[in-house]
Amino acid sequence: MKLLELLGYFNYWVFAIILTVGLYAVIRKTNLIKKLIGLSIFQSAVFLMYITMDKVEGGTAPIIQAGVENQIFSNPLPQVLILTAIVVGVSTLALGLAIVVRINESYGTIEEREILDAD
Amino acid sequence: MIFVFALFLLTLLVITALAIVHTENLFVAVMLTSIFSLLMAANFFILDAADVALTEAAVGAGVTTVIFLSALALTGEREKPRVGGRNIALVTVGVLALLIIYATFDKPRLGDPNAPVHQHVAPWYLEKTPEYMGFPNVVTAVLSSFRGYDTLGEVFVVFAACIGVLFILGVRPPRESLEPRDESSGLRHHLIPQVVGRLLVPFIVLFGLYVQFHGEYGPGGGFQAGAIIATGVILYALLEGEAEALRAVPRSVLLGMVIGGAMLFGSVGVVCMLMGGAFLDYSVLAADPVWGQQLGILIIEAGVGMAVCGALLSIFHAFAARESLS
Repeated sequence: MKLLELLGYFNYWVFAIILTVGLYAVIRKTNLIKKLIGLSIFQSAVFLMYITMDKVEGGTAPIIQAGVENQIFSNPLPQVLILTAIVVGVSTLALGLAIVVRINESYGTIEEREILDAD
Repeated sequence: MIFVFALFLLTLLVITALAIVHTENLFVAVMLTSIFSLLMAANFFILDAADVALTEAAVGAGVTTVIFLSALALTGEREKPRVGGRNIALVTVGVLALLIIYATFDKPRLGDPNAPVHQHVAPWYLEKTPEYMGFPNVVTAVLSSFRGYDTLGEVFVVFAACIGVLFILGVRPPRESLEPRDESSGLRHHLIPQVVGRLLVPFIVLFGLYVQFHGEYGPGGGFQAGAIIATGVILYALLEGEAEALRAVPRSVLLGMVIGGAMLFGSVGVVCMLMGGAFLDYSVLAADPVWGQQLGILIIEAGVGMAVCGALLSIFHAFAARESLS
């Protein structure tokens, strides 16, 4: 029972680990594309946290079935926030990648150190 | 049983994330990112978020990977290792991870029905959706009507990002000797991907249309449909070459979709105001408020689908066109 109670936090622990793994890539890697990959891992971790919060014990996806009484539904609100955030995430990621491509054309490299040396 | 499966998936997710950061080959990292997204989608599905899982699978595993790959083709796929500073970074993120894990013990445990997040407006949405909208998918109802302002904002963010990418990549590269290379022929000379892909494309687009127009009744809606249809067209471009895909859906049509979709959404809001309601209050669109809501949601979902599909495809073509120049 105690163990199961602790495992109820497992999703949040995974969130913490993925978040910091993404952050590690952002602060430590010098390759700009790797940094963006790290940023999108970081972003996914936040999505996981929101979706974890929407779950209700014994619940189901919030699509109401006709003729079924006393159904429990998970919370639709975090789902809506994350749904739109995913699509916005890919658009902003593409913007970042476009800037990286232009940096590569101007400097011939996407390693942060070499770009700083070139300036 | 599903609980054990969830633990397994979450563990895989952590391993994949570590592998992505560890590898020095960016191509491998991007492929692992695709797997990461797929695992994430499975997790979302287990956590009852069917709509989000659909979006993550189409956008994360599909479109994001293609955009990353087309950027990699322009920059090179080897990452140079960095010396020094490793321990400081490890200690920083390690301490942060422990702090966050310590903080999670104050959070309500997974699935707790008494958690504060479930007490506020969510029950009201669940209760009122059938009455106000007359259709069962509460996520679509909240997305397109109750919180239509948010969604309008998000569509404009996608629109702005698309315009930004087109501006940044639309400029000609600095080196002058660049004659456009031979048009890439895609996978035209590979028989098996060609046959299988050609079979798949129409069904992917059909499924996208189903998701678009069935979004009120099942998981789906404009965001997912836009991403799925974009994936279908990108697959066509990979099979037949980019020029062929542009002949099927020209750039001007894509731009028209982005601008038209965003305008359609906004103008529905303005029409609501002209007809005496509040901005984006669809109830006034028809004599029966429920019909008005359904009509409004149908139109704005179509706008969202057009804008998202057009934006993702414009971004893809912007990267691909750059590729054939350099």
